[in-house]
Amino acid sequence: MQVLNTPTQSTTHLQTQEPFLIFDNLSKVYPTPTGDFVVLDGIDLAIHEGEFVCVIGHSGCGKSTLLDMVAGFRQPTDGEVRLQTLPIQAPGPDRMVVFQNYSLLPWLTAYENIYLGVKSVFPNKPEAAKKHIVMEHLEMVGLADVANKKPSALSGGMKQRVCIARALALRPKVLILDEPFGALDPITREELQEELLTIWRDHQITVLMITHDIDEALFLSDRVVMMTNGPAAKIGEIMQVPFARPRERARMMEDPKFYELRNEALDFLYNRHAHADT
Amino acid sequence: MTAPLDIRPARSRFNLQKLANSSLDSLKGLVPPLVAILIFLIIWQVLTMGPDANLPTPVRTVQDTWELIVNPFFNYGGTDKGLFWQVWTSLQRVALGFTLAAIVGVALGILVGTSSLMYSALDPLFQILRTVPPLAWLPISLAAFQQANPSAIFVIFITAIWPIIINTTEGVRQIPQDYNNVARVLQLSKSQYFFKILFPATVPYIFTGLRIGIGLSWLAIVAAEMLIGGVGIGFFIWDAWNSSRISDIIIAILYVGIVGLLLDRLIVFIGGLVLPEEQKQ
Repeated sequence: MQVLNTPTQSTTHLQTQEPFLIFDNLSKVYPTPTGDFVVLDGIDLAIHEGEFVCVIGHSGCGKSTLLDMVAGFRQPTDGEVRLQTLPIQAPGPDRMVVFQNYSLLPWLTAYENIYLGVKSVFPNKPEAAKKHIVMEHLEMVGLADVANKKPSALSGGMKQRVCIARALALRPKVLILDEPFGALDPITREELQEELLTIWRDHQITVLMITHDIDEALFLSDRVVMMTNGPAAKIGEIMQVPFARPRERARMMEDPKFYELRNEALDFLYNRHAHADT
Repeated sequence: MTAPLDIRPARSRFNLQKLANSSLDSLKGLVPPLVAILIFLIIWQVLTMGPDANLPTPVRTVQDTWELIVNPFFNYGGTDKGLFWQVWTSLQRVALGFTLAAIVGVALGILVGTSSLMYSALDPLFQILRTVPPLAWLPISLAAFQQANPSAIFVIFITAIWPIIINTTEGVRQIPQDYNNVARVLQLSKSQYFFKILFPATVPYIFTGLRIGIGLSWLAIVAAEMLIGGVGIGFFIWDAWNSSRISDIIIAILYVGIVGLLLDRLIVFIGGLVLPEEQKQ
């Protein structure tokens, strides 16, 4: 069991020996009239249980395609993604996705949006238990008092909180986030990043997050996976983020190591793999 | 003079003025259409004033049809009924034909929208049939039903159904991919998907189809009734033409226009009740 608030880095990754989520020579090719278009070319990556991994890269590098194959929306052309040794073939509640755009249904309240998934994934639970799950997760993101508001009455940050609550209410093994805070203002974004870390710690969940914000990736993750530019994108480099947890943004920003990693990532993205060079 | 005396009249004057201003504002909105109608009536009067004019003047029209205007509810049996009953009979036909078209159209539209096989098979057929003028269906429906009333209702049905099908189909096909992804991740059952995602997302498109459909129905019924006879505002117009009661035709056209507008507003109103707040544009 992971212990809360232990300020050592060993609490989070490498707690199980066996890799949890495995990308095995994963490739995605789209046939086009002018020949094959290779989006991803041989992705190999092993993510451990409870690990927080961020994927960064320029737009068009196939990050979203990668995520779609983990979620099960698309099938790889070659290779496979395995979760606990089982190949991923279709979407399932063991891998919940928080989408970039608020994907709440506008005609349902925050409560109903979460309840819809709970009812679908746990059809046999008694009604009271389902209600409890929904309220528990709304409380987790601090939104119990707006349970009966529709998304149009919620701010962008609140909507994304509801999305995270909806995803976690289904007790997934892996939480997949596709640039979840990209549309938020900087202050809300930082708040949500911290909330996400707390939730991740409390739920001991494996997180795969796509972002193009280097600071965000360094603040949140155990490892940052940097993708080369598409077409035929590969993993360019994997960066270990050694900061102790729980992390404190201000303290981390003072650490010279932070700038070292940040410059390394910037160098990777803007010098070695600048957008227009290939 | 004391201060309270000074203030009181000033305050009440202010309130009165505010009240007058707001009612003045709403009256101002009525001025342009009233002026337009007045100009239209003047042009009509001028054009039909000559001794050789074929059409009656507006004043003459009102004089001729005064009985029809003041008493829309008379019923002397047969087709000799007041305008209310004429319109009522037409509305009943429209209600029946349109309701059938709405039920069948929405169901077919959802079926075609959710299945790409159905879409590729049926969409070309719909695109051809929707361009057929309403009255072209009348002979074939008379041949099929052998009776005037079911034929008229069928013409309404077949006229109104195409925009309903096509808009519903479009609505289903326009469901944002995000919502479909949510449904896949949440593993929604078919019925959950239908009631929680597909239907609410499609409702605005369905109402667009219904609104076009009700307009076409009303166009079609007036024309169809001219041919099938009996009671109904369409045949009333045709009958008035045959008896050279031109003023009656003009008054009936006014009725047709107003009822058509009310039908359109009715669909918009129902749409406003049904549509989720977030779906309104």
